[in-house]
Amino acid sequence: MAVETLSPGARRDSGLLGLLRRSPAVRLWSLLFPGLFWLTVFFALPLVVILLYSFLTPGPTGDVIYRFTLDNYITLFTKDLYVNAYLRSLWIGVVTTVVCLLIGYPLALYIVQRSPRWRNLMLFLVLIPFWTNFLVRTYAWMIILSNTGVLNSLFQAVGLPRQTMLNTTGAVLVGLIYGELPFMVLPIYASLDRFDFTLLEAASDLGADRTRAFLRIMLPLTMPGVAAGSVLVFIPTVGQFVVSDLLGGAKVDMLGNLLQRLFTRSNPPNWPLGSAMALIFMLVLTVAIIFYFRTTTEDDR
Amino acid sequence: MKDGYAIEMRDVVKRFGDVNAVDHVSMEIRDGEFFSMLGPSGCGKTTSLRMIAGFEYPTAGEIYLNGTPIGSTPPFQRNVNTVFQSYALFPHMSVAENVAFGLEMKKVPKSEIAKRVDEALDMVRLAGYGERRPRQLSGGQQQRVALARALVNRPDVLLLDEPLGALDLKLRKEMQIELKRLQERVGITFIFVTHDQEEALTMSDRIAVMSEGKVLQIGSPTEIYERPNCRFVADFIGESNFIKGRVTAVGAGDVSITTGDGLTVHGQLVQPVRIGEEAYVSVRPEKARLSLQPPGDGAANIFPVSVDRVAYIGSDTRIMVQLGSERLFNVWEQNVRSTVDRDAYWQRGEQGYLWWPIENALVLSE
Repeated sequence: MAVETLSPGARRDSGLLGLLRRSPAVRLWSLLFPGLFWLTVFFALPLVVILLYSFLTPGPTGDVIYRFTLDNYITLFTKDLYVNAYLRSLWIGVVTTVVCLLIGYPLALYIVQRSPRWRNLMLFLVLIPFWTNFLVRTYAWMIILSNTGVLNSLFQAVGLPRQTMLNTTGAVLVGLIYGELPFMVLPIYASLDRFDFTLLEAASDLGADRTRAFLRIMLPLTMPGVAAGSVLVFIPTVGQFVVSDLLGGAKVDMLGNLLQRLFTRSNPPNWPLGSAMALIFMLVLTVAIIFYFRTTTEDDR
Repeated sequence: MKDGYAIEMRDVVKRFGDVNAVDHVSMEIRDGEFFSMLGPSGCGKTTSLRMIAGFEYPTAGEIYLNGTPIGSTPPFQRNVNTVFQSYALFPHMSVAENVAFGLEMKKVPKSEIAKRVDEALDMVRLAGYGERRPRQLSGGQQQRVALARALVNRPDVLLLDEPLGALDLKLRKEMQIELKRLQERVGITFIFVTHDQEEALTMSDRIAVMSEGKVLQIGSPTEIYERPNCRFVADFIGESNFIKGRVTAVGAGDVSITTGDGLTVHGQLVQPVRIGEEAYVSVRPEKARLSLQPPGDGAANIFPVSVDRVAYIGSDTRIMVQLGSERLFNVWEQNVRSTVDRDAYWQRGEQGYLWWPIENALVLSE
């Protein structure tokens, strides 16, 4: 529009550029094309491939036999190994999210109430772990938690018995919470930073004690940050395989570990079963997220 | 405990770091009065209000609400409500939910809440706006919601922290009248904080003028304006000419001072002064006269002057005259006669006589 008003009939547009100027439809599609292309090639097509594979039969050497079957899905819903992995992954995801929330919210609140100088320093401290590779940081936890590690040396020094910490669900949770905490703190910090703390004074003035002022005013108004943080923590956690592999040994199998095994490590690989598993996983997450946003936006209405 | 005081501040100090934001303030606010705290920013008026509300606790001294000490009571246990400068309406609640909040916190039965919310919205002329969101309202409407939200609780005292500051001039004047009317109707003690002297004069029964954490003067608007007790108050409330000099004679009700350029000026005694002391004679610009001939009745203060500048502002003409060699003096003449005749108004360079009756000039120390 702006282009037209700038050159009112002064120049007759022709060719591709002219078409772009005159036709809103062409303009729209040309702007959408790069994004759509990217999504199609790297998201939609692979998804279709996985969808197809999940209904095919695994071959004896890790190849795929083009014969329709529902066996993959039946296996997933009947074999304890898979059902348990699903339940365990979801449970670990929930625990990690809740603990991150319980640590992250007070931490974000504490940071936001400091003077600007301290605030920046503390945010910097929250972000500084990202400077080191996640894998390296997880190895560091192995050194801390292992039977002859830092913590056990400390225990021995003060005369306590040695504790088995590595290769337990607890170790996996510690590693996950440690790694995901910044993703909870930052969105909550952002929404607290926009929060008008005078509203708390107003609530208190109107007779609300601290608990009720928090539940009725501060929490609902910072819910977008809580929701964003929870989703940012929950989704990667449920799909984790590195942390559960390194800190859980082979004892704490999560979905990610099984997927990885089905696609690459098992002999022979079983792509159809892996595809079915990935699809169910996506479906569960999608439902969980939709449910989550429904509840939070209804609170806000 | 004395009867009849809604709020009493007794020797209250509030220290932030090593600054006394409120410095030994004592004041008594009567039950049912419209009381204003007036002063420039940083004078301690808002801090005093926040201590009455309970958002700050006094470093020393005590605050009484109806005779009960409340200095260390948390805000949610004081029967005092605040209208905030930014209104502080809850954005995620409707207007009705905002107004109902205080009653809900007090566990008032649901049916009564609904009734009282309706009454409160009606009182601020917002009946039917209950379902709206605060952000859908204009500034003036939000202001009235904030009022309703506070008044619905029937507080002993309503605190207002510069509530009209964000409104434009016309709306502000309307709200001034509406606020005063509301206060008279509900009969609740209002404590109003403002830096706008006209606002304070318009609405208040009494005003406390504050500066640098201290109360300088407490009195009715007339007392504050006509009998300021120091130069700061005379200067802050309205405008005034100050003539500086040394006291040369102190009589009953008549003090003479002599200026550096040899003028002798007479004024009324307000505070005790001694001969030889430095003092100011304060004359309001509307309380001095300018005439072509000296007045016949032999007023105590008559000075030949020349007109330096003239500003015609419609209702008034403001004339700046050269008085003696060291100062300009501001005189306001009301334009009581309608004319476009140039000669009816003072012109630059004209000579005349400046004079005022002795009771129109006050002798003040610094």
